Amino acid sequence: MSSPAVHVAGLERVFPARRGPGVTALAGVDLDVAPGEFVSLIGPSGCGKSTLLRLIADLDTPTAGTLEVFGKTARQARRDQDYGIAFQQAGLLPWLTVTGNIELPLTLHKIGRRERQTKVAELLELIGLTDFAGSYPDQLSGGMQQRVAIARALAESPRLLLMDEPFGALDEMTRERMQNELVRICAETRAAVVFVTHSIPEAVFLSDRVVVMSPRPGRIVDVVDVALRPGERDEALREDATFFAGVARVREALHGTSVPSARGVEHR
Amino acid sequence: MAAVRRTRTLLLGLLGLVVLAAAWEIYKAVGPESGVLLGGRAVLPRTGDRAMPHLSEMVTRLGDPAVGRRGDPLWLAVLRACLFSLRIAATGWVVGVLVGLGLALLMQRLRLAEAAVLPWVVLSQTVPLIAIAPLVRRWGAQITIGSFTWSSENSVAVIAAYLAFFPVAVGVLRGLKSPDQTHLDLMHTYGVGWWRTLFRLRLPASVPYLLPALRLAAASAVIGTVVAEVSIGLRGGIGRMIIEYAQSAGGDPAKPWAPIAGAVAIGLAAAGFVVLLGLLLRPYRRAEVPA
Repeated sequence: MSSPAVHVAGLERVFPARRGPGVTALAGVDLDVAPGEFVSLIGPSGCGKSTLLRLIADLDTPTAGTLEVFGKTARQARRDQDYGIAFQQAGLLPWLTVTGNIELPLTLHKIGRRERQTKVAELLELIGLTDFAGSYPDQLSGGMQQRVAIARALAESPRLLLMDEPFGALDEMTRERMQNELVRICAETRAAVVFVTHSIPEAVFLSDRVVVMSPRPGRIVDVVDVALRPGERDEALREDATFFAGVARVREALHGTSVPSARGVEHR
Repeated sequence: MAAVRRTRTLLLGLLGLVVLAAAWEIYKAVGPESGVLLGGRAVLPRTGDRAMPHLSEMVTRLGDPAVGRRGDPLWLAVLRACLFSLRIAATGWVVGVLVGLGLALLMQRLRLAEAAVLPWVVLSQTVPLIAIAPLVRRWGAQITIGSFTWSSENSVAVIAAYLAFFPVAVGVLRGLKSPDQTHLDLMHTYGVGWWRTLFRLRLPASVPYLLPALRLAAASAVIGTVVAEVSIGLRGGIGRMIIEYAQSAGGDPAKPWAPIAGAVAIGLAAAGFVVLLGLLLRPYRRAEVPA
């Protein structure tokens, strides 16, 4: 457990263009995520936060730099199923029931039926959808679908959870409820989380640290320590002074960079 | 609720048939004997018993012997011809579906194959059937493998397959490409390869595209069989029967309608079979918008 969940140093990703030098999506990114830590990536569109997440997930390959997941290469970590992932779209398979969707990774990796059943029952309990085990995704609300997607990401008990704006498509009420759920789930599973979002309150409420990024080229401009003790993240926190202080600090970090970069756009 | 809707669909379907029959009989009763002419051209047929026999005559004719005074009744002769053609059409359909599936898989797997094959697939359907029928027969006649010799039936089945493979190839290709990027990313993170992604994701996702393609292929296979029977000159099927009976229209006007009805029945049987297939695949059709 000595190696960090994610270790990133001097990471760069350049998307080649047909003409010209290509688009630099990420440049000189350094980041360490400790085991069990919740880290949010926040920033305006095009700041490379999703690219960074996809690199960690080995859905994309960096152009330069070091990237390790639990001390292994990203590819090896993916092969070993060291992480679970959830996207903005729940991405459930419409022809499988809730149970079938949650156990999909287990089925694909040839885990025995009995073990699958126990795991699915446990996860259904965790996301509070035990009564919907036999339902199909089209019979569920958006929030419920996203909960199933999170359960699926947790199916192989990963020590790292990668989430790409998982609540981005939900309405505000559902969103807050899902955030509370996620806090509880993380406390129970003790997985490290890398969470991409563009909502400041969401990042502050959920995270131990908020990584603020800026575009062109995508890089980290600031890391805000929210420094809340575990057990402090409940409904009351949303109206607490420390929460507002955290929101203010993240906002300042974002604005300190967004102004010059906006001017940069005008010059083009 | 679903039962009510199903009953309504059934009733509407029957109503359509009744309306068609009524239109036939009403036009026959009130239409002019010489048909409706517009600028010297006939736009509606003559209403005499020779051109438009009563529906009741067509039905009673089915019970009379097909040829002469004794022998099998007409309906039995038509039924035999229908089964003969249906068997060939089914063979053609199966071959066509397999070829279509194979091409779609190849085109999905290899970009190059799609660029190279797809234009030819589309082009193949612009060649008139009458042009390829004699070719297929001539080439086929040279094939002898062991005890197997190529028959005209094989030629007809090949032509049916030639029409049937097209909608399957195009439809299934679209279906195989239909999964979201999210689903494909997910499969990648699970570390599963192309084959398992195919069976777990792409094929199930293509079912909503596959079924209409299969239905089109069934209709095409039936049409291909009927037309190819005529152009190849294969006896025993419904296509040839339509031509033969049309010649006796003068003396026996109700008779030619029997094989025409038979051809329609084959088409319905083929479409019905695909509906049954759709019922089997129902779990994979949840993404489909209910029609």
